[in-house]
This record gives sequence, C-alpha cells and structure tokens, in this order.
Amino acid sequence: MTDMKVEDYRERRVELAGWPVNLTTYRLGEVYHTKADNVSPGAALARTTGATAEEAEKKAIERAEQMLARTRVQKAEG
Amino acid sequence: MANYAHPETLVSTDWVAQHASDANVRIVEVDVDTKAYDEGHVPGAIGWAWNSQLCDTVRRDILPKDKLEELLASSGISNNTTVVIYGDNNNWFAAWALWQLKIYGHNDVRLMNGGRKKWLAEGREVSTEVPKPSRASYHATGPDNALRAFLPQVQAALDAGNYKLVDVRSPQEFTGEILAPPGLPETCQRGGHIPTARSIPWGKACNDDGTFKSADELLALYGGEGVDGSNPVIAYCRIGERSSHTWFVLKYLLGFNRVQNYDGSWTEWGNLVGAPVERGQAASTAKA
Repeated sequence: MTDMKVEDYRERRVELAGWPVNLTTYRLGEVYHTKADNVSPGAALARTTGATAEEAEKKAIERAEQMLARTRVQKAEG
Repeated sequence: MANYAHPETLVSTDWVAQHASDANVRIVEVDVDTKAYDEGHVPGAIGWAWNSQLCDTVRRDILPKDKLEELLASSGISNNTTVVIYGDNNNWFAAWALWQLKIYGHNDVRLMNGGRKKWLAEGREVSTEVPKPSRASYHATGPDNALRAFLPQVQAALDAGNYKLVDVRSPQEFTGEILAPPGLPETCQRGGHIPTARSIPWGKACNDDGTFKSADELLALYGGEGVDGSNPVIAYCRIGERSSHTWFVLKYLLGFNRVQNYDGSWTEWGNLVGAPVERGQAASTAKA
C-alpha cells in the first residue's frame, strides 16, 4: 500500500543540550516517525522511526543531543 | 488570502487536495531534509532535492538555465503549467525553488501555505509512490537578476546607504554568538552581521501552523524595523534559503517592488577577508 493517512500527529517542545527543540511525531501505517528540529531557526536535526511514538522520539532526542552538543557558543560583544 | 498583494502566489492545503491531479497542475515537494519526501508526500507530488537538483553541483550557484529546463521538462512541467511547491520547515526550500523559477521566468508558480507541516498536522493522506510524469517541453527566459543580489551589489548598497538589509537568521547568529543554526555545520570564519542590517528572523512571518501571517501583521513586523517598501531591500541568511522565504513575503505578500535575495549570504560575507562585520545586538530590535 502506498497511500496512508497521517495519524496521531503531535508536537512538543523540549530543551536539549541547552537549546529549545521541537519534536514532531506522527504515525504512517504501522510506523511512528519523529522529526527533531531546533526551534529557531527550525533546521532539522534528526528524523527517526520506531514501532511506538516513544521509541521514535527517544532515537530523535539522542541524535539531536549529539548534534547540538557540537554547537560552539562565542561571546558576542555589543 | 488575508489581503496579500499577490494572493495568486499562495494556495491552501484544501486547494491542493482538490487540484493535485488536475492536468495542468504539478505539485512539487522541496525539503531541507531530502529524506522527508520518501517517507510520504502529497499524493501525485514529485520531489526535488535542493542540494543536487536545484543548484549547480560544481560551482556555488543556482541551477543553470539549461539544467532548469531539463529539470522542468523531465518533471512534466511546461511553460503553462501551474506549479505548486511545498516543503518542510514552513517552506524554506520551497521558497528557494520558487525564487529560482521566477528568476527563469516561470509565470504561474505558487506556494502551498503552511507547507508539509500543515498537510501532516491536518491528518491528510500521503503517498510513497513516486510519479513518473510524461516529459514536457520547457523554454526558460532570463535569468532575471533583479531578483538576486550578488556580493558587489551588496557592497555597493552598503556604501550607498539607501538599501534596507534584512538579516533573517536567528538572533544568536545575528549577534555572532553562533556561526550556524544549532547543530548544523559552521560555514563561516566569523560571526556577526552585515553593518546596518536589521534582524528580522524569517520565522516571525509565520503562524504556529506554518501559514503566513496576515498582510497587516507582516506590514507591522517589517515596517517596525523600517522595512516598508520605500527603499530597495536585500534579504540574506546563511546560504540563501531562509532569505528566499523572506524574499517571497516581501515581494509577493506585501508587494514590495525592489526585493533581492542575497544567496551568497553569511557563508560568503562571513568568509571575506577585510569585510566589515558588526557583532552584538546593536542593530537588533526584533526579539526572538
């Protein structure tokens, strides 16, 4: 089957490695999909799947934390 | 739609649901994350990858005219096709694609208001089937470089002082605290912004559901920073896709005549030897 309805769509905001992150999760068929993006400016950090929403979100959070930990913050004068 | 100057450049998700299979309509998904299309897309939509199909893959540039003609022809798009583009991140790279199609003279190209996010949030149907459209014939015009700013023009604009520069990146990128959006690769040597630029992050033009704010709200947002259409405007970000989103807002939703997207953006300016750079919040008044 190639056509599916988007179901169980949900969004929530968490803080990871000191940065606000938006988690979007939904189900397509039997698979849950999660996308983690940094809230500002909204760039995608991770896209994961799982048999449950919790599993998909856990994977996305782990991957996003790894990426965000690399962000260097400098002092901005002015 | 919401008293926009050019409402014909936007369609709703309802419109797409009703017209996606019309013979003269082609729906195209363009995402930041090129895997999103494979996961499931608007039934009948084709997918373009911004990083391989919408740019010159040898030198840093937009798609050359002959490559754009080939992309459109192979996508079943002729000069008279209504092209509706949508994508993730509230249409970042969808706006980038629309900007390129306008540069090469395509008349009827529109964005799906709210992008992929709204389509999914509404619980609509998606498909994993990749359409195989019949080949069409396409003849591009242009390029219309009035829609695009190159480095010498930005430098001249800075010297002349009669342009409005709009930095659409996040406040932390604007001040120089970070060199790229959190979690993404750094592509510049220095942080900060082009002197005199106003900080108006792209996302301020959107509602929570990904749709564009009303014309009145947009006029207040940009007008509050002195960007009211009375001066030519150059928008920039890091690599030019977020600023194409703002370019679309200023040019088509608010109807400003002289708006250019500086796609060289901070990746170019922040790597220039000797270029003037301003750091901190001195010119930033639009809070996140």
